[in-house]
Amino acid sequence: MTPLLEIEDLHAEIEGGRKILDGLSLTVNPGEVHAIMGPNGAGKSTLSYVLSGKPGYVITGGSIRLAGVELSELTPDARAALGLFLAFQYPLEIPGVSTMAFLHAAVNAQKKKRGEQEMTSPELLKRVREIGKSLDITAEMLRRPLNVGFSGGEKKRNETLQMLLLEPKLCVLDETDSGLDIDALKVVSAGVNALRAPERSMVVITHYQRLLDYIVPDVVHVLAAGRIVHTGGKELALELEATGYAQFQNEAA
Amino acid sequence: MAAAVHLMKTPAELALAETFAAAADRLPGTPDIAAGRAAAFAQFSARGLPHRRVEAWRYTDLRTLMRDAAPLAAPPDAAAKARAGGKGALFAAVAARRLYVVNGAFVPGLSDLSPEPGLAILSMAAALAQGDPLVAGHLGQVVPSDDAVLALNTALMGDGVVIHVAKGTALARPIHIVHVADLAAPAALFVRSLLVAEEEASVSLIETHEGPADIAYQVNGALEIVAGDGARVSRVKVTAEGSAAQHLASLSARVGAEAAFSEAGFVLGGALVRNQLAIRLDGADTVAHVCGASLLSGRQHADTTLVMEHAAPRCESREAFRAVLDGAARDVFQGRIAVRQAAQKTDARMMSRALLLSDTAEANAKPELEIFADDVQCGHGCTAGALDANQKFYLMARGIPATEAEALLIEAFVGEVVDQIEDETVRDALMGAIRAFLLARR
Repeated sequence: MTPLLEIEDLHAEIEGGRKILDGLSLTVNPGEVHAIMGPNGAGKSTLSYVLSGKPGYVITGGSIRLAGVELSELTPDARAALGLFLAFQYPLEIPGVSTMAFLHAAVNAQKKKRGEQEMTSPELLKRVREIGKSLDITAEMLRRPLNVGFSGGEKKRNETLQMLLLEPKLCVLDETDSGLDIDALKVVSAGVNALRAPERSMVVITHYQRLLDYIVPDVVHVLAAGRIVHTGGKELALELEATGYAQFQNEAA
Repeated sequence: MAAAVHLMKTPAELALAETFAAAADRLPGTPDIAAGRAAAFAQFSARGLPHRRVEAWRYTDLRTLMRDAAPLAAPPDAAAKARAGGKGALFAAVAARRLYVVNGAFVPGLSDLSPEPGLAILSMAAALAQGDPLVAGHLGQVVPSDDAVLALNTALMGDGVVIHVAKGTALARPIHIVHVADLAAPAALFVRSLLVAEEEASVSLIETHEGPADIAYQVNGALEIVAGDGARVSRVKVTAEGSAAQHLASLSARVGAEAAFSEAGFVLGGALVRNQLAIRLDGADTVAHVCGASLLSGRQHADTTLVMEHAAPRCESREAFRAVLDGAARDVFQGRIAVRQAAQKTDARMMSRALLLSDTAEANAKPELEIFADDVQCGHGCTAGALDANQKFYLMARGIPATEAEALLIEAFVGEVVDQIEDETVRDALMGAIRAFLLARR
């Protein structure tokens, strides 16, 4: 079986700056949910940015393959079309671009790139309304400019809506629980869980164990000082909650 | 001393003097108008073309930029008139009354002059020749100015449109003045128009300007607007001149009490474009919205210079300008809100923003407040910057390619001012023009 995500000995740094990822390796098979936990500054967000191709990060060694395709030279939009989705920790507000217009552009840009039939506006609207219903996203929210004036919870629900609409192969969730109250967390988690499928994988990056009560991982990794220092089952998350990361930070050093 | 001044004249100034000397006798107008022309040319001649030491022209050194003055354009021939019929297509979807001004001459045969109660339309040349009282009563008096470019227009104005909307008349359709330059060689067009909207009248005016690429024609246009008490007047102007054209335009507007006035200007084409706007809120409790956007590339230079004068109490004005600059384009925004002593409780806000898409583009902004009343709320702000890299990344991370992501962000940036236009079909047409600009830069 080809792994869905295969990261090998990845080294990356901020352009003109600090080295952040230092020999990170990670393999995620289709259908698996992996949690990546770690202390502040371990490189969790950097990993999500390097995976998605954010400008300003330089890969200095190693490789990232999605379903066998090397990503490191591809632009963010090409990676998205291959099925990579990053749910942002802080989704951007984009004044003047309506949420619907954005969704339309995103869905059809990906379909076009993959050589698939593009969606018409009525088809898209119908689909978005269906998904929106399950996430408590109102028609009024969809008319607003993208994320502008949305609360933290609304932004995360909007991220989840995009994920459900785009049906990616690999979902990378960057601190999805940050800024969420317990009710919003339940709604978002239910949305994410609805996407779990034998051919789809998830990488859930989180600082706290709380999220993993709702999105239960198959594998838990500890990321410290730019690499995976420990791997275990879902019980590892509980253990970390009790003991903290100190032991692993020593391991990394 | 006089000889020394004469020696300093530029080739363009000398050519303009020759043009005026040769044309003065045949330009339309009563003896009073002719005297006004002579006085205006003397005023121009004494100071010459404005240059960077003239504060209002600080960033647009016309003395340097206008190397030569083209001869006056000849009246359009039948073929030119026929071709002009298809112009103004940007607003084809707007059900407007279309009036055509070709090579500076009003063309009644092409224009929709179907009668409408309360509306009178006249050619400016005819009005000047007949000593029309409306023109005599307003020309050059709407907002007094000592600007040299406006003086040059007063000296050399050939034709244009005079529109009168009677008291209480709400026009059924917008009026679209389609300005067309149809020229094979450089020529100069001096167009003068007047719109008088009496008390409680309602009129929506659209103006488009277009012409051939690569021909260095020169447009000097002036429009005076008088909006009476309770009138609702709006103008949308699109400057889409040819690639080598120079377009200098002066708007003078005087607005009465409890009126609504709006002005929206979009610069899409022309080598050098200057839109100078002098708007005077002369009656209390009036609301004015002024906005505009310039979309420039190559070596285009566009200058918007606005004076919003609050002369009466309790008026509200909003000024919002955007510039999108690619290549080595240059944008100038000078905006002054002047609040006279009588204009207590003025509420005025001005914002200009420039988006620089290249390292060689340039934005110059000079906002000013000049306040003589003590109980007012006024504010201004300006920004200049590149596209937001994080916003672009967010769009790309959802699969939207770089050029399309940029286009979405630029559309949104300009859309903020387009959204202020009431008429949806006008808004849609403008967004279409903006998309065309964005496609062209790919």
